[in-house]
Amino acid sequence: MAMLRAIFSHASGRIGGTIVVIYIVVALLGMFDVTPHNPLQQFRIDRLHAPNAVYWMGTDLFGRDVASRLMKGVGQSFLVGFCSVTLATLAGTVLGLTAAWFGKAWDALVMRVMDVLLAFPAILLALLIIAIVGPGTWTSIAAIAIVYTPIFTRVVRGPALSIKSREFVDAARTFGSSRHYILTRHLLLNLVAPLTVQVTLALAWSLLTEAGLSFLGLGTQPPASSLGLMLADSRNLMETAPWLLIFPALAIMISILGFNLLGDALRDILDPKTRSRPA
Amino acid sequence: MTPLLSVSALRVGFGRDPMKNEIVKGVSFNLDAGETLAIVGESGSGKSVTALSINRLVDFGGGRIIDGSISLRRRDGSVFDLAQANEPSLEKIRGSEIGMIFQEPMTSLNPVLTIGTQIEESFRLHHGLTGRQATAAARDALDRVRIPDAARRLKYCPNQLSGGMLQRVMIATALACNPRLLIADEPTTALDVTVQAQIMALLGELKRETGMAMIFITHDIGLVAGIADKVMVMQAGKAVEQGSLNDVLDRPQHPYTQHLLSAVPHFESGRAVRSDFHREETSSPALTVDGLTVRFKVTGGLLSRSPGSVHAVENVGFDLMPGETLAIVGESGSGKSTTARAILGLVRPTRGSFSTHMGSVADATDPSVQMVFQNPYASLNPRLRIDSILAEPVIAAGGRVNAETRDKMKALLKRVGLPEDSLERYPHQFSGGQRQRLCIARALMLNPSVVVLDEAVSALDVSVQAKVLELLVDLQREYGLAYLFVSHDMAVVERIAHRIAVLYAGEIVEIGDAASVLSNPKHSYTKRLISAVPSIDHRNQHFEIDTRQVPSLVRPPGFEPPPAEWRSFGPDHSARAEA
Amino acid sequence: MSYLTRRLLTFPLVMLGVSILVFVAIRLVPGDAITAMLGTEAGLLTPAQRDALASYFGIDQPILAQYWHWLLGVFQGDLGISVTYGKPVLGVILERFPLTLQLALMSMCVALAVGLPAGVFAATRNEKLSDLGVRIFAMIGQSTPNFVVGLLIIYALSAGFGILPTMGEFTPFFTNPLRNLGQMILPAVTLGFAFAASVTRISRSAMLDVLSDDYVRTARSKGVPKRSVIWRHALPNALIPVVTLSGVEFGYLLGGAVLVEQIYALPGLGRLVLDAILQRDYALVQGCVLFIAFNFMVINLLVDLLYATLDPRIRLGEGG
Repeated sequence: MAMLRAIFSHASGRIGGTIVVIYIVVALLGMFDVTPHNPLQQFRIDRLHAPNAVYWMGTDLFGRDVASRLMKGVGQSFLVGFCSVTLATLAGTVLGLTAAWFGKAWDALVMRVMDVLLAFPAILLALLIIAIVGPGTWTSIAAIAIVYTPIFTRVVRGPALSIKSREFVDAARTFGSSRHYILTRHLLLNLVAPLTVQVTLALAWSLLTEAGLSFLGLGTQPPASSLGLMLADSRNLMETAPWLLIFPALAIMISILGFNLLGDALRDILDPKTRSRPA
Repeated sequence: MTPLLSVSALRVGFGRDPMKNEIVKGVSFNLDAGETLAIVGESGSGKSVTALSINRLVDFGGGRIIDGSISLRRRDGSVFDLAQANEPSLEKIRGSEIGMIFQEPMTSLNPVLTIGTQIEESFRLHHGLTGRQATAAARDALDRVRIPDAARRLKYCPNQLSGGMLQRVMIATALACNPRLLIADEPTTALDVTVQAQIMALLGELKRETGMAMIFITHDIGLVAGIADKVMVMQAGKAVEQGSLNDVLDRPQHPYTQHLLSAVPHFESGRAVRSDFHREETSSPALTVDGLTVRFKVTGGLLSRSPGSVHAVENVGFDLMPGETLAIVGESGSGKSTTARAILGLVRPTRGSFSTHMGSVADATDPSVQMVFQNPYASLNPRLRIDSILAEPVIAAGGRVNAETRDKMKALLKRVGLPEDSLERYPHQFSGGQRQRLCIARALMLNPSVVVLDEAVSALDVSVQAKVLELLVDLQREYGLAYLFVSHDMAVVERIAHRIAVLYAGEIVEIGDAASVLSNPKHSYTKRLISAVPSIDHRNQHFEIDTRQVPSLVRPPGFEPPPAEWRSFGPDHSARAEA
Repeated sequence: MSYLTRRLLTFPLVMLGVSILVFVAIRLVPGDAITAMLGTEAGLLTPAQRDALASYFGIDQPILAQYWHWLLGVFQGDLGISVTYGKPVLGVILERFPLTLQLALMSMCVALAVGLPAGVFAATRNEKLSDLGVRIFAMIGQSTPNFVVGLLIIYALSAGFGILPTMGEFTPFFTNPLRNLGQMILPAVTLGFAFAASVTRISRSAMLDVLSDDYVRTARSKGVPKRSVIWRHALPNALIPVVTLSGVEFGYLLGGAVLVEQIYALPGLGRLVLDAILQRDYALVQGCVLFIAFNFMVINLLVDLLYATLDPRIRLGEGG
């Protein structure tokens, strides 16, 4: 509750939070097919119809309702983003935490493997994985999760190392507290803040990557709809039917903007550096 | 003649609404040329803000002068109101007429520029010197602050010099253009006591040489005696008392000044030691440490062999009786904290053994030895409630948290002077002193017989220090605790120690009963350390400038120090023989 | 051990990891290696031809031996033969690389020219209206995918001015610099947009941090004028995170901007990888990925060397 109040008293938190809430509602509606029209139905007489009261965002080349397809697309991007970030967070937290705690050889091994993964541009690594497994929703999820795992590992390891050297962990050791107790109560509990920020920002990146992959035709496969695919389809029609470009482009921009703004707000609120401290 | 600086009814606030958040609430004082004013106060008293208002650096920290005037008589005799001045005219005053030095020399110099560049800058800005002339001027400035080998040091970057050296560089920079006023904001707080003495001596000499006036800000009223002509005591944004040095120190009028002078620990050369304990050789010690040695291997370069080890702690041994306090004193790098951490199992000793009356504790986690750490803000997990924090030692020892445990928590909280409802609160809701009380309560949860206090009061304000020390003494009497009290602060040590061990470069150089060691030190290092401790008795004392450095602790592989020879100077006082 | 020594030591280690990953990844492709290498054409082979090819490529040997041979080849610049182009992989890559390098350099110039001054400007006007404006620009820049920026630019140009960006045949810089720049400027701006936004954000926050550091206060106490405080005392310290970010982004751009090259029909490294994946030209995929990762690592190493010249704490070691 206090958290929500803090977010909504922060300027970019208010805007970002609102966008994210709307985004999630639209995504859920799209996922459960609560759309103005059937996104796959082709209204042949209304092909490339401009936006009006019936087709809020117009229709595409096949006479499909753009608004409905957009909602489905948002649902699709949410599914991919949510699943991939959850996987990356879990993997990154376990790897980063254990690397920081055990140090030495395990730390070196984990971090070098992460360096290897980071040596590829995100989209290239995702493409490589897709090249091996073949395109599809679950491949996208796995690819994006693998791409962002090194980032989460680093985000967890850094603060975990600094918390590990704090005096309350030293104190815990002098009591003889168990490793499990120290890892969960002292380290993990204090990592919740940086992780929350990172999860929010990672959701923004994952939307970006998902859109890129489907734009290239290597993410979501037609006839299922996704924002990237819609943009790819709009390329040759943008002069005659600009709504095919504008609405999906805005949807991508605004949803990523929402998560970025919320992430920034959370960082301001949760970062001890910006919070007032007793001298 | 008008004074050099005249501050009247100065009010300074912070933030969006400075009137609401007033830090300095109407301060007035005058300062004549060549005079030194000491501003004394605890954290939050507004002493630093007052100082930063004079050269208007306070503007950059979000502060604003609400009211009052700050008149400076300039070199040409004209009077200038700093409170109303605009930024360009202030830039001409700063550095040339008002110099300033700060608390943290390690962070106050730009890490990417050489020392030389930073000193030369003042000459370039205010005297228009360039090239070789500026370099020569910078070299002279370094000579003036007694830095040996000045020409070479000009090319150094700040991270290549020690804190004491950096503070000298800061002084050289501040004095480059012979300002007529130097503002020194706690310039020695971050430094070791012997280094502090050297910096104080240097400031005293430079003041005499140049005839500059000085505003010296400090929390340590003992330090004032050595340098000030006038003293102003600040509390909660107001100047509660000001007057000449002797008046304020000998005949304090305001209760707060009296409190600072009486309640706060001041060093009295062994006259204030405790006399509530006498060793009986027949009883068995609560803790015995024998031949404790901690060495850290130095990692070499890629192809070179390790150049040896840091001998952080070398052959330290002592015993500690129930109900007794042994203070381990020393400066940074002396190995005192490493000793404490090794006893608790946080550092693996290279050699040596410990035993408590429970038996040998090779790898610690013995519930009979507990520790209280230095930083009360870092030693409590900010995300845990106080009841979870106090329960941790019990859980770790395999116990269960039941009604009995909660009763014990409540009783201990009450005993250390905290309200009972503290259990449901979080650490950030407590002040520094209260947090340290929480740490003490946590350490007592398992009924230890030995408590290791690692600089346990050093991070606290002076008047809070006194209260926590009182609590520690009471608890010791009540539970018969043995304290191992690690500290750099001789005044604090004097109030709590029964015995003192002096650590220098990893080795004990002198050990004995507190009164004897403090009043009659035998080892040359102990003598140096004790003479460096500021005290209200040392009025306008001259320190000898001494540039000796602590010897390097890195020894070649396989190095074993020769066995120590001890000389005895009384029933319980011995010191190492010196070559 | 100094920071730089450690970095130099991990470089070959990570490169080895990259090579193993790339080698193994291609062998994870479903189906046997011949199919993986030849794609659909493999179906036309007779069993005898298959065996001959297998022994020619050394695929009948144990996996470690195969890796060793491949690695030896890599060291001699032999990345295999591209099936689609019928040429050595390295040659194909090097044909495409100049375009990618030029695009990356141009984008970075755009990003630094816009982002650095904007970030420093915003930091010195913290919380004022102009700061807010810069921050909004940076936020939007960071939230818009490159290919969306590209599509919107193309749309705006065609709808607003009736011009279409020159697609057609790509002209190398040294053949016709003007025509080349005409083709490259829009892709560079497209890529530079988000890059500039990141540079702005990071230089603003680094500058804000640095401006509250103690040594900046010291400089002010000496009477150093504002301009000099910012550019001489603060900026060199604030540059380190900017250099990191620029290095990483530049390294990634050298891997080819798949999406932007696709939109502007530029034959760069990104398109090459994409086409190789779509045509299942695995030798080419493998070669490209290795080449790109190597570039990225080299850039990172150079960035670390640049650090050392910027910051004596790294050059000399802490407390050295």
